Order: sequence, then C-alpha cells, then structure tokens
Amino acid sequence: MSDSTAIASGAPAEAHHEHPPYQRHHFESVEQQFDATNFAMWLFLLTEVMFFGGLFTAYLIMRNWYYQAFVVGSHQLSIFWGTANTAVLICSSFTMAMSVWSAEVRRRKSLLVYLCLTLVFGLTFLGIKGIEWHEKWEKHHVPGMHYSVQSFVNPQSDPEVYKEYQDKPLAPDMAQKTEEYFFLYFAMTGMHALHMVIGVGILIFMIFRARAGAYTTGHVTFVENFGLYWHFVDIIWIYLFALLYLISRH
Amino acid sequence: MSEQNIQHEEGHHIVSPATYLIILLALLVGTTLTVLASYFDLGEWRIAPGLTLFWNPVVALAIATGKMLLVVLFFMHVKYSTKLTKLTVFSGLFMFLVLVGMTLADYFTRAWGRW
Repeated sequence: MSDSTAIASGAPAEAHHEHPPYQRHHFESVEQQFDATNFAMWLFLLTEVMFFGGLFTAYLIMRNWYYQAFVVGSHQLSIFWGTANTAVLICSSFTMAMSVWSAEVRRRKSLLVYLCLTLVFGLTFLGIKGIEWHEKWEKHHVPGMHYSVQSFVNPQSDPEVYKEYQDKPLAPDMAQKTEEYFFLYFAMTGMHALHMVIGVGILIFMIFRARAGAYTTGHVTFVENFGLYWHFVDIIWIYLFALLYLISRH
Repeated sequence: MSEQNIQHEEGHHIVSPATYLIILLALLVGTTLTVLASYFDLGEWRIAPGLTLFWNPVVALAIATGKMLLVVLFFMHVKYSTKLTKLTVFSGLFMFLVLVGMTLADYFTRAWGRW
C-alpha cells in the first residue's frame, strides 16, 4: 500500500508523458506497441500453420496409402472453379494489402472501398465453394451421407468426368477409399471456409468502424493484423488448390 | 519528440501500391503456370526400385511455395519487419517442415523391403 503510493507520487511527470490516445500505457512507444501486437499475431498464425499442417500431413499419408482412390477422387473436382477461386482469393489478398496501405496513408474513402472489395471477393469465394460442394452433394460424394462409389467402380456412369480422364474402374475395396479422399476434402476446404467466414465477419465489423474513421488516425494495428490473417488464409488455399486439384491429374 | 517521429517513420515501412500490384500480377502468373503444368505429364524419376518421384506434384508444390513466399514477404510485410518477426516466421516454418518431414519419412518407409 505504502509502496504504490510512493510510486504514484514519485514520478508523475515521467509516468504520463505525451502520447497518442491509442497508445496503451504499458508500452514505451507506439512503435513498440505495434511490434508487440504484430509479433503476437505471428505466433497465433504459426499455431494455425501447425493446425492445418496436421490436415495436410494426414492427406499426404492417406494419398500415399490409397493412391488410386485419391487420384480418381480428385478427378471429380472442377479445375475451372478451383482456378477461378484461386484468382478471386489472390485478388482479395491484393485489395486487403491496399486496405492496409490506405489506412497507413490515412485515406478513409479509399480504405472503405478496398475493405468492401475484399468483402465482395471473400463472399464470391464462398459462393463458388458452395457451388462445388452442392455438386458433391448431388453426386452422393459427401462421406457418411448416402455415399456412393458408383463413379469409381463404373467410371462410364459419370460421363462428364470420364470424357476428360478415362479412368479405369477401381476394385470395390479401393473404390470405398475414395470416401477417405472426400472426407479430407471436406475437412480441409471446410476448415478453410470456416476461416473465411470468420474473416468476413471481422471485415463487416471493420467496415463499420472504418466508416467512423477508426483506422485512419495513424493507428493501423488492427487493419494490419487482420491483413496478416487474411493473407494466411490465402496461403492455405494456394496449397489446398495444388494438393487437392492439381497434383493428381496425371 | 521530433526524433521519435523520425524513428517511427523509419520503423514502420509503408509498402507502395505499385509493389502490391506487381506481386498481384506475379501471383496470377504463378496460378496460370501451375494450372498449365497440371495439363502435362511431366514424367517421373525412378530413384530406386519401389521409390519413384513424380514431377507433377513437385512442380505444383514448388510454384505454390514460390507464391507463398511472395505473399509472406510482401503482402505480409515480413521483408520490411523486425529481425524478431523474421526469425519467428522462418523458425516457425522450419519447425513445421521438420514435423511434417519426419512424420512422412516414417509413414512412407514403413513398408520398404517387404515386397
């Protein structure tokens, strides 16, 4: 008790030096505050890397074990929609980077435009993902829900895919393993989409705050760190696209 | 105070829109290349009996890693950030590669010599 009084009255001038309103008292400078939150965000993203890393590893092991099933499973994915979605997500990363720039140079209107564009690209991505998932649903390729191996034991019954790949029929036990492929497909793209949904929610929150001028006062930490999250989600998709769509075409 | 301001300006590097635009174009070119590459059978390398390296996945993952590095260095500003951040990011990725690499090395070699 007596100690705290001594400190409080000891150095009032130093304890309350000039600083912008957004600088928390326990930081020496705005710069230190920025670096500390930035560092923390990176630590969080590294835990996310490990989390998705587990899914990627499971996918690679299963693909190695049930190679033929994973190859024909991936032939069910549409290269067109996958490529379109990659382009959409890369563009959203660009508009997000431009949002950070707008906040840094304190342009409120430009920040709003770029945040809204990022939101539109994010929603477009989810829409396209929905189209793809719906197709899996219609073809009974959702694991555990009336899953059908029809397209794999009798590839000619699926003329659109057969036309492009001419896959040979799989033995019933290997055909059953395509369910593992689609399980991992839904787990990985689903977990990625969940991150997108969370990102979209935060984006909407940020658009309202940015309208009130919250991020154009020199305090860019929130926009910057959300940008890191958004780019991270983009990177996960870059690898999902390569692993799920591309590597098994031959 | 003015000194602090100057320090802050130096400390917080603002990446220009032109740089972002170049990275965007590079990423779109990378995407085009990786999709094109998937349409060709790039062959395989038989390292030893039972051990074959297919080039298609190698090329796809190499392009994906190139794109990842562009995003990390420029969009995520790691190129312009503190040594602490650089060290954290790259030791994190290194640790990730060690964990995945060791796990895969185990699973992929369990059946060796049994056929």
